[in-house]
Amino acid sequence: MEIGLSHYLSVAAILFTLGVFGIFLNRKNVIIILMSVELLLLAVNINLVAFSHYLGDLVGQIFALLVLTVAAAEAAIGLAILVVYFRNRGSIAVEDINLMKG
Amino acid sequence: MILHAFFFYLFAAVTVASAFMVISARNPVHSVLFLILAFFNSAGLFLMLGAEFLALILIVVYVGAVAVLFLFVVMMLDVDFVELRQGFLQYLPIGALVGIILLIELLVVLGGWTISPDIIAAPTTPIPALAEMSNTEAIGAVLYTRYIFFFQIAGLVLLVAMIGAIVLTLRHKAYAKRQNISEQVGRDPNTAIEVRKVESGKGI
Repeated sequence: MEIGLSHYLSVAAILFTLGVFGIFLNRKNVIIILMSVELLLLAVNINLVAFSHYLGDLVGQIFALLVLTVAAAEAAIGLAILVVYFRNRGSIAVEDINLMKG
Repeated sequence: MILHAFFFYLFAAVTVASAFMVISARNPVHSVLFLILAFFNSAGLFLMLGAEFLALILIVVYVGAVAVLFLFVVMMLDVDFVELRQGFLQYLPIGALVGIILLIELLVVLGGWTISPDIIAAPTTPIPALAEMSNTEAIGAVLYTRYIFFFQIAGLVLLVAMIGAIVLTLRHKAYAKRQNISEQVGRDPNTAIEVRKVESGKGI
């Protein structure tokens, strides 16, 4: 059976859905939410690389590289905010993070 | 071809299964370890798509840096994760609803959609044949020429992230004695030395 573009896109779609589902499921645990965001970005990367391969265009891989950079920066900043928040409040429950009433 | 299909289904199944375990594992440490497994298998998918450089970068950056960072934070914070899991199933119906709708939408888009032959015929940056140029070399030849500004902006994003993380987490302890150079340089004999007349036999 030929593995085509739609196979890879289906895997990416399932991964993306799992990431969104994880954000809903773990409403209280910021660490798992950050991991779910990483899953979302991974799904996007799989899409970009799959299109790059099947269209024969290198730009998709360049964009995937840039998405990877942003994901790493986002994880670093998110975890730094988490550590500071825990230091100040002694908990990481998302439901308590409404201090700014935004 | 049969081997290609076998490895695709292997990597895809393990990726999806470990992604499911990431969001449903009871212990956050297990979540991080399943995240690492998901990254490794996606790297396998990338390899099958011919993106060798990205596959290895995925392992180096995600597994080597991001996942280990997660592991550090999970183990460093003294959080009662059992308490955080209370109400875990409270959002299950709405989450499942949103997730299933999203998945159906994505799959419907995939089903009723074809690529225009013009796009396939005219890629802006064609991937060179592997015999004449490796994947890493091809990415470098494009990234450092046509996409040099994007590359520099990515570097700036990483710099801002680094400075931001340092500014956020660095703290000065109140009891630590620190050197204040301007105060040291600003001293003069009038403020530094006090001359007193001491009477003999009495002291100050």
